[in-house]
Amino acid sequence: MSAIRANPMAPDPWRIERIRRETPDTFTMELGPVVGETTRPFAAGQFNMLYVFGVGEVPISISGDPTRGTSLVHTVRAVGAVTRVMCALKRHDVLGVRGPFGSQWPLREAEGLDVVMVAGGLGLAPLRPAIYQILARRTQYGRVALLYGARTPADLLYRRELYRWGARADMDVQVTVDRGDNAWRGNVGVVPRFIATAQFDPLDTMALVCGPEIMMHFTLLELQKRGLTAEQIFLSLERNMKCALGFCGHCQFGPFFECKDGPVFRYDTIQRWFGKREV
Amino acid sequence: MRGFDALLPEQVFFQGMSPHALDTIAGCASNVRFAADEWIFQEGEDASRFYLLRHGKVALKAFVPGRGEVTIQTIEAGDVLGWSWLFPPYQWHFGARALELTRVIAFDGACLRMKAEADHDLGYELLKRFSQTIIERLQATRLQLLDVYGVHA
Repeated sequence: MSAIRANPMAPDPWRIERIRRETPDTFTMELGPVVGETTRPFAAGQFNMLYVFGVGEVPISISGDPTRGTSLVHTVRAVGAVTRVMCALKRHDVLGVRGPFGSQWPLREAEGLDVVMVAGGLGLAPLRPAIYQILARRTQYGRVALLYGARTPADLLYRRELYRWGARADMDVQVTVDRGDNAWRGNVGVVPRFIATAQFDPLDTMALVCGPEIMMHFTLLELQKRGLTAEQIFLSLERNMKCALGFCGHCQFGPFFECKDGPVFRYDTIQRWFGKREV
Repeated sequence: MRGFDALLPEQVFFQGMSPHALDTIAGCASNVRFAADEWIFQEGEDASRFYLLRHGKVALKAFVPGRGEVTIQTIEAGDVLGWSWLFPPYQWHFGARALELTRVIAFDGACLRMKAEADHDLGYELLKRFSQTIIERLQATRLQLLDVYGVHA
Protein backbone atom coordinates (compact mmCIF):
# COMPACT_ATOMS: atom_id res chain seq x y z
CA MET A 1 0.00 0.00 0.00
CA SER A 2 2.62 2.57 1.03
CA ALA A 3 5.02 3.92 -1.56
CA ILE A 4 8.72 3.12 -1.18
CA ARG A 5 10.45 6.37 -0.38
CA ALA A 6 13.97 7.33 -1.48
CA ASN A 7 15.22 7.95 2.05
CA PRO A 8 12.85 6.72 4.74
CA MET A 9 14.86 8.52 7.41
CA ALA A 10 14.36 11.95 5.81
CA PRO A 11 11.19 13.77 6.84
CA ASP A 12 9.12 15.61 4.26
CA PRO A 13 7.53 18.95 5.14
CA TRP A 14 3.76 18.85 5.65
CA ARG A 15 1.67 21.81 6.65
CA ILE A 16 -1.06 21.88 9.27
CA GLU A 17 -4.31 22.62 7.44
CA ARG A 18 -6.76 22.13 10.27
CA ILE A 19 -6.62 21.56 14.01
CA ARG A 20 -9.49 20.38 16.15
CA ARG A 21 -9.36 20.03 19.90
CA GLU A 22 -10.85 16.71 20.94
CA THR A 23 -10.36 16.85 24.71
CA PRO A 24 -8.45 19.14 27.08
CA ASP A 25 -5.16 17.44 26.21
CA THR A 26 -5.85 15.83 22.83
CA PHE A 27 -6.15 17.34 19.39
CA THR A 28 -6.59 16.16 15.82
CA MET A 29 -4.63 17.79 13.04
CA GLU A 30 -4.98 17.45 9.33
CA LEU A 31 -1.76 17.80 7.33
CA GLY A 32 -1.29 18.64 3.68
CA PRO A 33 1.92 18.30 1.67
CA VAL A 34 4.09 21.38 1.24
CA VAL A 35 5.88 20.23 -1.90
CA GLY A 36 5.68 17.48 -4.49
CA GLU A 37 3.18 14.87 -3.53
CA THR A 38 -0.57 15.31 -3.55
CA THR A 39 -1.49 12.18 -1.60
CA ARG A 40 0.23 9.72 0.64
CA PRO A 41 -1.64 6.41 0.69
CA PHE A 42 -1.72 4.45 3.92
CA ALA A 43 -3.45 1.42 5.36
CA ALA A 44 -5.67 1.40 8.45
CA GLY A 45 -3.49 0.70 11.46
CA GLN A 46 -0.29 2.31 10.15
CA PHE A 47 1.55 5.22 11.72
CA ASN A 48 3.77 8.14 10.75
CA MET A 49 6.77 9.64 12.46
CA LEU A 50 5.97 13.31 13.06
CA TYR A 51 8.90 15.66 13.53
CA VAL A 52 8.67 19.01 15.28
CA PHE A 53 11.79 20.56 13.85
CA GLY A 54 14.35 21.33 16.51
CA VAL A 55 12.43 19.44 19.19
CA GLY A 56 12.10 15.80 18.21
CA GLU A 57 10.16 13.08 16.50
CA VAL A 58 7.29 10.88 17.72
CA PRO A 59 5.32 7.97 16.25
CA ILE A 60 1.64 8.84 15.82
CA SER A 61 -1.06 6.58 14.41
CA ILE A 62 -2.88 7.78 11.34
CA SER A 63 -6.49 8.41 12.37
CA GLY A 64 -7.92 9.62 9.06
CA ASP A 65 -9.84 7.94 6.30
CA PRO A 66 -7.68 5.68 4.09
CA THR A 67 -10.27 5.89 1.33
CA ARG A 68 -9.75 9.67 1.14
CA GLY A 69 -5.99 10.07 0.80
CA THR A 70 -5.70 13.81 0.19
CA SER A 71 -4.55 14.66 3.70
CA LEU A 72 -2.95 12.97 6.68
CA VAL A 73 -4.93 13.04 9.90
CA HIS A 74 -3.36 12.40 13.30
CA THR A 75 -4.83 12.54 16.77
CA VAL A 76 -2.23 13.47 19.35
CA ARG A 77 -2.25 13.61 23.10
CA ALA A 78 0.06 16.18 24.71
CA VAL A 79 1.95 14.01 27.16
CA GLY A 80 5.64 14.38 26.36
CA ALA A 81 8.20 17.00 25.35
CA VAL A 82 7.49 16.73 21.62
CA THR A 83 3.71 16.37 21.76
CA ARG A 84 3.38 19.32 24.16
CA VAL A 85 5.17 21.54 21.65
CA MET A 86 3.08 19.99 18.86
CA CYS A 87 -0.03 20.92 20.80
CA ALA A 88 0.97 24.60 20.66
CA LEU A 89 1.41 24.59 16.86
CA LYS A 90 -1.06 26.52 14.74
CA ARG A 91 -2.61 26.31 11.31
CA HIS A 92 0.00 26.71 8.53
CA ASP A 93 2.88 25.59 10.77
CA VAL A 94 5.06 22.91 9.19
CA LEU A 95 5.94 19.49 10.55
CA GLY A 96 8.22 16.79 9.24
CA VAL A 97 6.54 13.53 8.21
CA ARG A 98 8.11 10.12 7.68
CA GLY A 99 5.97 7.17 6.81
CA PRO A 100 3.59 5.50 6.66
CA PHE A 101 5.10 2.62 8.58
CA GLY A 102 4.04 -0.65 10.10
CA SER A 103 1.44 -3.36 9.70
CA GLN A 104 -2.27 -2.89 9.20
CA TRP A 105 -5.61 -4.09 10.51
CA PRO A 106 -6.65 -7.26 8.60
CA LEU A 107 -9.72 -5.79 6.96
CA ARG A 108 -9.57 -7.95 3.83
CA GLU A 109 -9.35 -11.11 5.93
CA ALA A 110 -12.28 -9.86 8.01
CA GLU A 111 -14.62 -9.67 5.01
CA GLY A 112 -17.57 -11.99 5.45
CA LEU A 113 -17.08 -12.01 9.20
CA ASP A 114 -18.54 -10.12 12.13
CA VAL A 115 -16.12 -7.49 13.41
CA VAL A 116 -15.88 -6.37 17.01
CA MET A 117 -13.61 -3.41 17.73
CA VAL A 118 -12.63 -2.65 21.30
CA ALA A 119 -10.93 0.67 21.98
CA GLY A 120 -9.72 2.28 25.17
CA GLY A 121 -8.79 5.95 25.51
CA LEU A 122 -6.60 7.17 22.67
CA GLY A 123 -6.77 3.63 21.26
CA LEU A 124 -9.78 4.73 19.24
CA ALA A 125 -7.49 6.81 16.99
CA PRO A 126 -5.70 3.88 15.29
CA LEU A 127 -9.05 2.10 14.93
CA ARG A 128 -10.82 5.01 13.27
CA PRO A 129 -9.34 4.34 9.80
CA ALA A 130 -10.57 0.74 10.12
CA ILE A 131 -14.06 2.00 10.97
CA TYR A 132 -14.07 4.29 7.93
CA GLN A 133 -12.93 1.47 5.69
CA ILE A 134 -15.45 -1.02 7.04
CA LEU A 135 -18.29 1.48 6.68
CA ALA A 136 -17.19 2.29 3.13
CA ARG A 137 -17.59 -1.41 2.28
CA ARG A 138 -20.26 -2.16 4.85
CA THR A 139 -21.95 -4.94 2.87
CA GLN A 140 -18.72 -6.95 2.90
CA TYR A 141 -18.95 -7.47 6.67
CA GLY A 142 -21.39 -9.12 9.02
CA ARG A 143 -22.34 -7.46 12.28
CA VAL A 144 -20.06 -4.62 13.33
CA ALA A 145 -19.61 -3.57 16.93
CA LEU A 146 -17.53 -0.79 18.42
CA LEU A 147 -16.97 -0.85 22.17
CA TYR A 148 -15.19 2.23 23.41
CA GLY A 149 -14.11 3.20 26.90
CA ALA A 150 -12.69 6.50 28.09
CA ARG A 151 -11.74 8.01 31.41
CA THR A 152 -14.54 10.58 31.67
CA PRO A 153 -17.17 12.05 29.31
CA ALA A 154 -14.78 14.98 28.67
CA ASP A 155 -12.14 12.53 27.44
CA LEU A 156 -14.25 11.01 24.67
CA LEU A 157 -12.71 11.35 21.22
CA TYR A 158 -14.63 12.01 18.00
CA ARG A 159 -17.93 12.72 19.78
CA ARG A 160 -19.86 13.70 16.67
CA GLU A 161 -18.74 10.60 14.81
CA LEU A 162 -19.53 8.38 17.77
CA TYR A 163 -23.02 9.81 17.72
CA ARG A 164 -23.35 9.26 13.97
CA TRP A 165 -22.01 5.71 14.13
CA GLY A 166 -24.26 4.94 17.09
CA ALA A 167 -27.29 6.15 15.15
CA ARG A 168 -26.64 3.67 12.33
CA ALA A 169 -28.84 0.61 12.26
CA ASP A 170 -25.95 -1.51 10.95
CA MET A 171 -23.48 -0.76 13.72
CA ASP A 172 -23.61 -1.47 17.44
CA VAL A 173 -21.76 1.26 19.34
CA GLN A 174 -21.30 1.04 23.09
CA VAL A 175 -19.53 3.92 24.80
CA THR A 176 -18.59 3.83 28.46
CA VAL A 177 -16.58 5.93 30.87
CA ASP A 178 -14.76 5.07 34.06
CA ARG A 179 -16.17 8.09 35.83
CA GLY A 180 -19.40 9.82 34.90
CA ASP A 181 -20.58 13.29 35.80
CA ASN A 182 -24.02 14.70 36.52
CA ALA A 183 -24.75 15.39 32.87
CA TRP A 184 -23.66 11.96 31.63
CA ARG A 185 -26.57 9.65 30.82
CA GLY A 186 -24.50 6.92 29.20
CA ASN A 187 -22.69 3.85 30.49
CA VAL A 188 -20.30 3.88 33.42
CA GLY A 189 -17.91 0.99 33.85
CA VAL A 190 -14.98 -0.67 32.14
CA VAL A 191 -15.16 -1.50 28.45
CA PRO A 192 -14.33 -5.26 28.61
CA ARG A 193 -17.62 -5.99 30.35
CA PHE A 194 -19.54 -5.00 27.22
CA ILE A 195 -18.02 -7.90 25.31
CA ALA A 196 -20.34 -10.35 27.09
CA THR A 197 -23.42 -8.79 25.51
CA ALA A 198 -22.05 -7.50 22.18
CA GLN A 199 -23.79 -8.99 19.15
CA PHE A 200 -21.37 -11.21 17.22
CA ASP A 201 -20.95 -14.85 16.33
CA PRO A 202 -17.77 -16.05 18.06
CA LEU A 203 -17.14 -18.65 15.35
CA ASP A 204 -17.13 -16.03 12.59
CA THR A 205 -15.74 -12.93 14.21
CA MET A 206 -12.56 -10.95 14.03
CA ALA A 207 -11.68 -8.72 16.97
CA LEU A 208 -9.57 -5.58 16.63
CA VAL A 209 -8.31 -4.21 19.93
CA CYS A 210 -6.36 -1.09 20.86
CA GLY A 211 -5.81 0.62 24.19
CA PRO A 212 -3.60 0.50 27.28
CA GLU A 213 -2.03 -2.95 27.71
CA ILE A 214 -3.89 -3.72 30.92
CA MET A 215 -7.20 -2.86 29.27
CA MET A 216 -6.27 -5.13 26.36
CA HIS A 217 -5.37 -7.89 28.83
CA PHE A 218 -8.88 -7.86 30.34
CA THR A 219 -10.41 -7.50 26.89
CA LEU A 220 -8.58 -10.62 25.73
CA LEU A 221 -9.93 -12.57 28.70
CA GLU A 222 -13.50 -11.54 27.87
CA LEU A 223 -13.11 -12.25 24.15
CA GLN A 224 -11.75 -15.69 24.94
CA LYS A 225 -14.60 -16.24 27.40
CA ARG A 226 -16.97 -15.57 24.48
CA GLY A 227 -15.14 -18.26 22.49
CA LEU A 228 -12.75 -16.32 20.26
CA THR A 229 -9.39 -17.94 19.62
CA ALA A 230 -6.04 -16.14 19.60
CA GLU A 231 -6.06 -16.35 15.78
CA GLN A 232 -9.23 -14.24 15.65
CA ILE A 233 -7.87 -11.37 17.74
CA PHE A 234 -5.63 -8.54 16.53
CA LEU A 235 -3.98 -6.01 18.83
CA SER A 236 -2.24 -2.75 18.13
CA LEU A 237 0.69 -2.27 20.49
CA GLU A 238 2.59 0.88 21.21
CA ARG A 239 6.15 0.96 22.42
CA ASN A 240 9.02 3.36 22.20
CA MET A 241 9.43 3.56 18.44
CA LYS A 242 12.33 5.71 17.24
CA CYS A 243 13.64 4.81 13.77
CA ALA A 244 10.41 3.12 12.56
CA LEU A 245 12.49 0.83 10.35
CA GLY A 246 13.57 -1.90 12.73
CA PHE A 247 17.17 -0.68 13.03
CA CYS A 248 17.45 0.99 16.41
CA GLY A 249 15.85 -1.73 18.54
CA HIS A 250 13.97 0.64 20.85
CA CYS A 251 10.66 -1.05 20.19
CA GLN A 252 11.84 -4.65 20.36
CA PHE A 253 9.09 -6.96 21.60
CA GLY A 254 10.36 -10.51 21.96
CA PRO A 255 11.63 -11.44 18.50
CA PHE A 256 9.69 -8.58 16.86
CA PHE A 257 10.15 -4.90 16.28
CA GLU A 258 6.86 -3.15 16.81
CA CYS A 259 7.64 -0.48 14.23
CA LYS A 260 8.02 -2.85 11.30
CA ASP A 261 6.41 -6.15 12.44
CA GLY A 262 3.63 -4.25 14.21
CA PRO A 263 2.03 -2.21 15.58
CA VAL A 264 -0.83 -4.55 14.61
CA PHE A 265 -0.20 -8.16 15.61
CA ARG A 266 -2.34 -11.25 15.49
CA TYR A 267 -2.58 -12.28 19.12
CA ASP A 268 -1.32 -15.85 18.69
CA THR A 269 1.98 -14.53 17.26
CA ILE A 270 2.74 -12.46 20.35
CA GLN A 271 0.80 -14.35 23.01
CA ARG A 272 4.02 -15.69 24.55
CA TRP A 273 5.36 -12.19 25.21
CA PHE A 274 2.23 -10.17 25.79
CA GLY A 275 1.94 -8.98 29.38
CA LYS A 276 5.46 -10.12 30.34
CA ARG A 277 7.22 -7.42 32.31
CA GLU A 278 10.68 -8.27 31.03
CA VAL A 279 9.79 -8.01 27.35
CA MET B 1 -48.19 -12.11 30.42
CA ARG B 2 -45.81 -15.02 30.68
CA GLY B 3 -45.24 -16.54 34.09
CA PHE B 4 -41.95 -16.55 35.98
CA ASP B 5 -41.54 -20.25 35.25
CA ALA B 6 -40.99 -19.22 31.61
CA LEU B 7 -39.05 -16.00 32.31
CA LEU B 8 -36.50 -17.19 34.85
CA PRO B 9 -34.77 -19.93 32.81
CA GLU B 10 -34.15 -17.35 30.05
CA GLN B 11 -32.05 -15.21 32.37
CA VAL B 12 -28.30 -15.86 32.24
CA PHE B 13 -28.13 -15.46 36.00
CA PHE B 14 -30.36 -18.50 36.51
CA GLN B 15 -29.07 -20.69 33.70
CA GLY B 16 -28.40 -24.27 34.75
CA MET B 17 -30.54 -24.10 37.87
CA SER B 18 -32.83 -27.05 38.55
CA PRO B 19 -36.55 -26.65 37.78
CA HIS B 20 -37.25 -27.22 41.47
CA ALA B 21 -34.94 -24.37 42.52
CA LEU B 22 -36.37 -22.07 39.86
CA ASP B 23 -39.88 -22.89 40.98
CA THR B 24 -38.95 -22.08 44.57
CA ILE B 25 -37.33 -18.78 43.58
CA ALA B 26 -40.27 -17.84 41.35
CA GLY B 27 -42.45 -17.90 44.46
CA CYS B 28 -40.56 -14.82 45.70
CA ALA B 29 -40.63 -12.94 42.37
CA SER B 30 -42.75 -10.10 41.06
CA ASN B 31 -42.77 -7.93 37.97
CA VAL B 32 -41.87 -4.29 38.53
CA ARG B 33 -41.38 -1.29 36.27
CA PHE B 34 -39.51 1.94 36.93
CA ALA B 35 -39.89 5.14 34.94
CA ALA B 36 -36.87 7.10 33.70
CA ASP B 37 -35.22 9.01 36.58
CA GLU B 38 -37.15 7.08 39.21
CA TRP B 39 -35.19 5.94 42.24
CA ILE B 40 -35.23 2.16 42.66
CA PHE B 41 -33.65 2.43 46.08
CA GLN B 42 -31.57 4.92 48.00
CA GLU B 43 -28.47 4.62 50.13
CA GLY B 44 -29.29 3.63 53.73
CA GLU B 45 -32.78 2.27 53.02
CA ASP B 46 -33.74 -1.28 53.93
CA ALA B 47 -32.48 -3.71 51.30
CA SER B 48 -35.52 -5.90 51.11
CA ARG B 49 -35.22 -6.98 47.47
CA PHE B 50 -32.89 -7.63 44.60
CA TYR B 51 -33.59 -7.10 40.93
CA LEU B 52 -32.87 -8.78 37.65
CA LEU B 53 -33.01 -6.30 34.80
CA ARG B 54 -35.04 -7.41 31.81
CA HIS B 55 -34.97 -4.13 29.94
CA GLY B 56 -33.55 -0.65 30.47
CA LYS B 57 -30.58 0.84 32.24
CA VAL B 58 -29.87 1.68 35.87
CA ALA B 59 -27.19 3.89 37.41
CA LEU B 60 -25.64 2.89 40.72
CA LYS B 61 -25.17 6.10 42.68
CA ALA B 62 -23.08 7.22 45.60
CA PHE B 63 -23.58 10.54 47.34
CA VAL B 64 -20.31 12.44 47.63
CA PRO B 65 -20.45 15.62 49.74
CA GLY B 66 -19.58 18.56 47.55
CA ARG B 67 -20.12 16.59 44.34
CA GLY B 68 -23.63 15.31 44.85
CA GLU B 69 -24.84 12.03 43.34
CA VAL B 70 -22.04 10.33 41.40
CA THR B 71 -22.68 7.39 39.08
CA ILE B 72 -20.22 4.64 39.85
CA GLN B 73 -21.55 2.04 37.45
CA THR B 74 -24.40 1.43 35.04
CA ILE B 75 -26.28 -1.85 34.85
CA GLU B 76 -28.21 -3.20 31.90
CA ALA B 77 -30.55 -5.96 30.80
CA GLY B 78 -29.38 -9.35 32.05
CA ASP B 79 -27.53 -7.84 35.03
CA VAL B 80 -28.37 -8.34 38.68
CA LEU B 81 -28.96 -5.29 40.84
CA GLY B 82 -28.30 -5.48 44.57
CA TRP B 83 -26.81 -7.96 46.99
CA SER B 84 -27.29 -6.06 50.26
CA TRP B 85 -30.42 -8.16 50.91
CA LEU B 86 -28.09 -11.12 51.49
CA PHE B 87 -26.00 -9.70 54.32
CA PRO B 88 -26.91 -7.99 57.60
CA PRO B 89 -27.78 -5.23 58.29
CA TYR B 90 -29.73 -5.50 54.99
CA GLN B 91 -29.30 -1.87 54.03
CA TRP B 92 -28.36 -0.42 50.67
CA HIS B 93 -24.79 0.84 50.46
CA PHE B 94 -25.50 2.75 47.26
CA GLY B 95 -28.50 4.20 45.50
CA ALA B 96 -29.95 3.00 42.19
CA ARG B 97 -31.82 5.17 39.73
CA ALA B 98 -33.41 4.15 36.44
CA LEU B 99 -31.88 6.08 33.54
CA GLU B 100 -34.68 5.05 31.22
CA LEU B 101 -37.85 3.00 31.40
CA THR B 102 -36.66 -0.15 33.16
CA ARG B 103 -38.43 -3.47 33.58
CA VAL B 104 -37.18 -5.84 36.25
CA ILE B 105 -38.02 -9.01 38.05
CA ALA B 106 -37.95 -8.15 41.73
CA PHE B 107 -37.18 -10.84 44.31
CA ASP B 108 -38.25 -10.55 47.92
CA GLY B 109 -35.12 -10.86 50.06
CA ALA B 110 -36.74 -12.10 53.28
CA CYS B 111 -38.69 -14.71 51.32
CA LEU B 112 -35.52 -15.95 49.58
CA ARG B 113 -33.45 -15.99 52.77
CA MET B 114 -36.11 -18.06 54.50
CA LYS B 115 -36.23 -20.55 51.63
CA ALA B 116 -32.43 -20.71 51.41
CA GLU B 117 -32.20 -21.46 55.15
CA ALA B 118 -34.69 -24.28 54.72
CA ASP B 119 -33.03 -25.59 51.54
CA HIS B 120 -29.25 -25.26 51.68
CA ASP B 121 -28.84 -26.58 48.13
CA LEU B 122 -30.86 -23.61 46.95
CA GLY B 123 -28.89 -21.28 49.22
CA TYR B 124 -25.59 -22.60 47.85
CA GLU B 125 -26.76 -22.13 44.26
CA LEU B 126 -27.78 -18.57 44.99
CA LEU B 127 -24.55 -17.77 46.80
CA LYS B 128 -22.44 -19.21 43.96
CA ARG B 129 -24.20 -16.96 41.47
CA PHE B 130 -24.06 -13.85 43.61
CA SER B 131 -20.38 -14.52 44.40
CA GLN B 132 -19.64 -14.62 40.67
CA THR B 133 -21.41 -11.29 40.19
CA ILE B 134 -19.61 -9.76 43.16
CA ILE B 135 -16.23 -10.96 41.84
CA GLU B 136 -16.89 -9.54 38.38
CA ARG B 137 -17.90 -6.19 39.84
CA LEU B 138 -14.85 -6.18 42.13
CA GLN B 139 -12.50 -6.85 39.21
CA ALA B 140 -14.16 -4.17 37.12
CA THR B 141 -13.92 -1.70 40.00
CA ARG B 142 -10.21 -2.45 40.39
CA LEU B 143 -9.67 -1.76 36.71
CA GLN B 144 -11.63 1.50 37.02
CA LEU B 145 -9.52 2.53 40.00
CA LEU B 146 -6.33 1.93 38.04
CA ASP B 147 -7.27 4.89 35.85
CA VAL B 148 -5.71 3.15 32.86
CA TYR B 149 -6.42 5.98 30.40
CA GLY B 150 -4.84 8.66 32.57
CA VAL B 151 -1.35 10.08 32.08
CA HIS B 152 0.96 8.55 34.61
CA ALA B 153 4.51 9.85 34.75
